[in-house]
Amino acid sequence: MSEVLVAAEGLARHYRLRGGRTLRALDGIDLGIGPRATLGLVGESGSGKSTLGRTLVGLQPPTLGRVRFEGRDAGATDPATLRRLRQQRQIIFQDPSGALNPRMTVGDTIVEHLRVQGWSRPEARARAAAVIERAGLQADFLPRYPHEISGGQRQRVVIARAISTDPAFIVADEPVSALDVSTRAQIMNLLRDLQAERGLTMLFISHDLSVVAHMCRDVAVMYLGRIVELAPRAALFRAPRHPYTAALLAAIPLLDPVRERARARTRLKGEPPDPSAVPRGCRFHPRCPRATDICLAVDPPTRALDPGHRFACHHPLDPA
Amino acid sequence: MNAPAPALPLLEVEGLSVAFGRALAVDGISFAVARGETLGLVGESGCGKSTTALALMRLLAGARIAGAARLGGDDLLALDEGAMRERRGADIAMIFQDPGTALHPMIRVGDQIVEALHAHLPLSEREARERARALLGKVGIAAPEERLAAYPHEMSGGMCQRVMIAMAIACSPRLLLADEPTTALDVTVQAQILDVLRDLVTETGMGVILITHDLGVVAGMTDRVAVMYAGRIVELAPTVTLFARPVHPYTSGLLDCIPRLDSGWDEPVPAIPGSVQGAMDLPGCRFAPRCPRASAACAEVPRLREIEPGHLVACWNAP
Repeated sequence: MSEVLVAAEGLARHYRLRGGRTLRALDGIDLGIGPRATLGLVGESGSGKSTLGRTLVGLQPPTLGRVRFEGRDAGATDPATLRRLRQQRQIIFQDPSGALNPRMTVGDTIVEHLRVQGWSRPEARARAAAVIERAGLQADFLPRYPHEISGGQRQRVVIARAISTDPAFIVADEPVSALDVSTRAQIMNLLRDLQAERGLTMLFISHDLSVVAHMCRDVAVMYLGRIVELAPRAALFRAPRHPYTAALLAAIPLLDPVRERARARTRLKGEPPDPSAVPRGCRFHPRCPRATDICLAVDPPTRALDPGHRFACHHPLDPA
Repeated sequence: MNAPAPALPLLEVEGLSVAFGRALAVDGISFAVARGETLGLVGESGCGKSTTALALMRLLAGARIAGAARLGGDDLLALDEGAMRERRGADIAMIFQDPGTALHPMIRVGDQIVEALHAHLPLSEREARERARALLGKVGIAAPEERLAAYPHEMSGGMCQRVMIAMAIACSPRLLLADEPTTALDVTVQAQILDVLRDLVTETGMGVILITHDLGVVAGMTDRVAVMYAGRIVELAPTVTLFARPVHPYTSGLLDCIPRLDSGWDEPVPAIPGSVQGAMDLPGCRFAPRCPRASAACAEVPRLREIEPGHLVACWNAP
């Protein structure tokens, strides 16, 4: 692989449950994101996409494997490195209301964030004013409280806070999912502009493939703790190789009543299973229309046919 | 599909207004739903779409409701509570966004469906059980016999929503209100649930009001669409017409700002500037501050007018 800023190597995150069972939120993830690239991460609930995002920014340690940042193991423990890694890796959450302290003004929220990283108060104040403006809000938003501003404005505050430490890497975990459609586009455009202007590397997590198509050149599809397909967006959306990717695409309603009604109804059976009961063999086989005996027994290895396009399936779809 | 305003409506809503204290959440809306028709009610949070459904179900305690909603000769809004209780479930039923909280957590799902059946139908215990089992089969639940004994927490979100649908159709209502029925579900499960609803409408001929913010769902499921903004209907049209020729600036803005799966990847997504905050207090057109076509005329409230058969729009400056 060429230049990589953030990498996951054999990353796993397991949770011990009552009754001795194990929930495998991440179950063997290998991944590299190049500098200034945006990787999209899609999948249904329970697929592990948020856990991957949190692990990559260091909010939780992996059970197995490691995260590398700028080539070095990010599991370092000396305080100076830790502080630098925290400034360099930031995360934006889905629900901006939950991500902001309701008793703190917008300005204090950002100042506090910087103070923890060792900034002096005057520096932090100046910085807060600058980033809030860059996020599309006027300086008179600084003394306001979260409940006094709209959902879209709150997400702008969260974004301003995330960019305040000048990070190299941002995980955006469903950053527009809680917003109304008309506000969503504003925030998507802001994130795109920031990414281009600051040369940010991003992991953009979303359950909405249309949003991901507009934000990311490469897209990874997760299912039950694994990446089942990863490809440049054009290949992934137009010629998916994994049956799960194809099923996800087929389930998205088209914005055209005539074409939508003319579409064949091909539906997946059942629902994503519980990550504490991962099926043997290929984890997708109970829902897969192409499954055969080998899929029940053997976990398919990840193959890469074209450069940059990899998938884990015994019976991939033909490249259309 | 593509029916103009129904000639013999099943439900006819006229001048419905809902106020909570000083706040007017729904401001004099009128629409109709025909037998076998699915009407989409779309709009963003706070536009009044869910409030409209709750008002029709008479589930809004403490709100001031005005207007009329005629369903089979009765005005639902004028019935006393006893008479309304007889209509709920039997004539008009509702399913909600979050099936996890809409089901009772400590009662087996079979008993919940049986209770719904007993409320309106003179069935013996055995007949009701048999009927509950058949209903679960109808909404696509495998091994319905075993599922009758399950508690909601033992089932997935999609499965719970199937149970909710089974309960709602248990007494064959003439009108079903579906409030964001698939919003909480994963997209592959959403597709399954929408198939169930579509098949039920074809089979039973019930009318449906489908409330959603998802225009993709609207495109696939509805015959006509009413677009709401800040408590008012701003455009109402056959679904195919609305997607092909949206006329209200809010409708076209809404359609433009949804990222497409297959095109325009590298272009900025067109956004509607501003936000809906404060719109309820505006004297004239409530969309005017965000509207590219706004003019002096917008200081006065625009009424819905018919611009072609079945296509209504409330805008002074629509082409």
